[in-house]
Amino acid sequence: MLESLAEKRRVLIVLGVFVALGVVTPFLDLFMQSLVTEILVFGILAMSLDLLLGFTGLASLGHAAYFGVASYTTAIIMTKEDWTWTFAAFQWADSLGLGLFYIFIFALVVAMAFAAFFGFLAIRAVGVYFLMITLSLAMVVWGLAYRWSAVTEGDNGIIVLGRPSLFGISLESEIPFFYFTLTVFLICLGLMFMFVRSPFGKTLVGIREREERMQMLGYNIWLHKYLAFIIAGVFSGVAGVMWTLFNLFVSPPDIELITSAEALFMVALGGPATLIGPVIGSAIIRSLQQFISIYVERWPLILGAIYIITIMLGRLYGVEGILGLFGKFRKPAAPPDAPEG
Amino acid sequence: MSNEQPGLELDGVTKHFGGLHAVENVNLRLDLGERRGILGPNGAGKTTLFHLITGVLPLTSGRIRLFGQDVSGWPTHKRVALGMARTFQITSLFPKLTVLENVLLAVQGLRKMKMVMFKPLFRYRDVYEKAEKLLSDVNFWHLRDQEVRNLSHGEQRQLEIVLALASDPKVLLLDEPSAGLATGESHEMADFLKSLDPGIAILLIEHDLDVIFEVVSHISVLHYGEVLAEGPSDDIRNDPKVQEIYLGKAE
Repeated sequence: MLESLAEKRRVLIVLGVFVALGVVTPFLDLFMQSLVTEILVFGILAMSLDLLLGFTGLASLGHAAYFGVASYTTAIIMTKEDWTWTFAAFQWADSLGLGLFYIFIFALVVAMAFAAFFGFLAIRAVGVYFLMITLSLAMVVWGLAYRWSAVTEGDNGIIVLGRPSLFGISLESEIPFFYFTLTVFLICLGLMFMFVRSPFGKTLVGIREREERMQMLGYNIWLHKYLAFIIAGVFSGVAGVMWTLFNLFVSPPDIELITSAEALFMVALGGPATLIGPVIGSAIIRSLQQFISIYVERWPLILGAIYIITIMLGRLYGVEGILGLFGKFRKPAAPPDAPEG
Repeated sequence: MSNEQPGLELDGVTKHFGGLHAVENVNLRLDLGERRGILGPNGAGKTTLFHLITGVLPLTSGRIRLFGQDVSGWPTHKRVALGMARTFQITSLFPKLTVLENVLLAVQGLRKMKMVMFKPLFRYRDVYEKAEKLLSDVNFWHLRDQEVRNLSHGEQRQLEIVLALASDPKVLLLDEPSAGLATGESHEMADFLKSLDPGIAILLIEHDLDVIFEVVSHISVLHYGEVLAEGPSDDIRNDPKVQEIYLGKAE
């Protein structure tokens, strides 16, 4: 099943950590439970960006767009009572215990459509131009959320009253919702793990390393990048749905530039092209935000310091992110070995 | 060797960069199985010509036919799929991937399974076997887990060609395979090129005259983007015009 013993060990360690998380979390206080859930939600966002940044080498500064579109879609179809069709369909699905499936399918199709359209506009550009185009397209989504008040309630945001149940199981309280989030997270992690090891996933790494050679080997570079962009957008949408369900409120600041930039930090900090590194990045950034902001008003300074130290140490040892440094210190004599999964 | 069937035909191929005439009205024919060299001083337009043949740069005017098919407006990956491969003057491998990973990417380049998203690559036995054969043929199998950036320059130049061979091309464009090699290594490179399947047509850009005269039977000489002379190697070697501009008069 797995390529090597080392890989098998890494997968077991990761699974072990999440099993432990599943066992421990119910014994934590409410604040911590909600923090862990939030880390997992943003972990999905960061992993999805890793597909682009880490594996394909595309630095998108607008990845919150698909997160935002999906989170708003979720809120809208759950609350817009005067939109008879979508609301009636939601209520009908919900009465069967399938409300969540309805939300996921609806929101992910919308996120996919946006990613397909935006990707079509952005993929031609490279480097900093790609960064600027993705940034401006994400600002379009933010503008819609902020200005199109008839649909998005503008500045006020949308309050969602309660979560749909799953096959009749209520997800209203923290613990069941945490397990639901953990399940969604693990499904996403599993799918993305399979994706990056597939022939298609390997072509993305080839494109990152040397685009002109890939072209000469017979690859249609544009198509591979474009598909990767859409897939990353859909997983970003999953995080968006989970955000609305978790927060029960969505407003323009949730989906602005800061969210896109934070996702980039999570990937760079944890270790690009590792999938699990960005989750570590999510844990660090979200925890800092929740904990240190209680004691230190200017918590982003501390985040900045951690970020700079990690990048500089990484440069020094020729590795990337916390996961890369970790691998370096654990077995200093071993040859450079990109940790996966 | 050549069986007189055209693999690659250039017909009035021209490329202008603004006022610069990089390639001017080049006519060239490479038959299946033929080995042809392209000689010319720096800036003669040799590498630009390769960019035009592979579709990396668009033509200003002219026609390019590959196996009889007009591919003038085609994107690179479609031309490659017809059975063309190319190496680069400046080594263009995947430096942070291992030797085996490099070759695997090359092997799957023309296979449909390259689009598969949810089955691990290592499950494709046939792709691995092909990669193993390619690496064993050049005695590189023991290097398979080395990162390419840790190989010697000579090894990288050879791997450059192995990647091009992975798709079983019928037309192979080699851009200075011996660039940066020591004299002894150049000889090994020449022997290696001669050992390739005689069915493969080769268009060879090379500055090392020992290599080019050893490998090819015909030569086209480029000068300021134009074909100055064309013919069997020995005629070219003795052509006074060619000697003057390229080989020098010392002999």
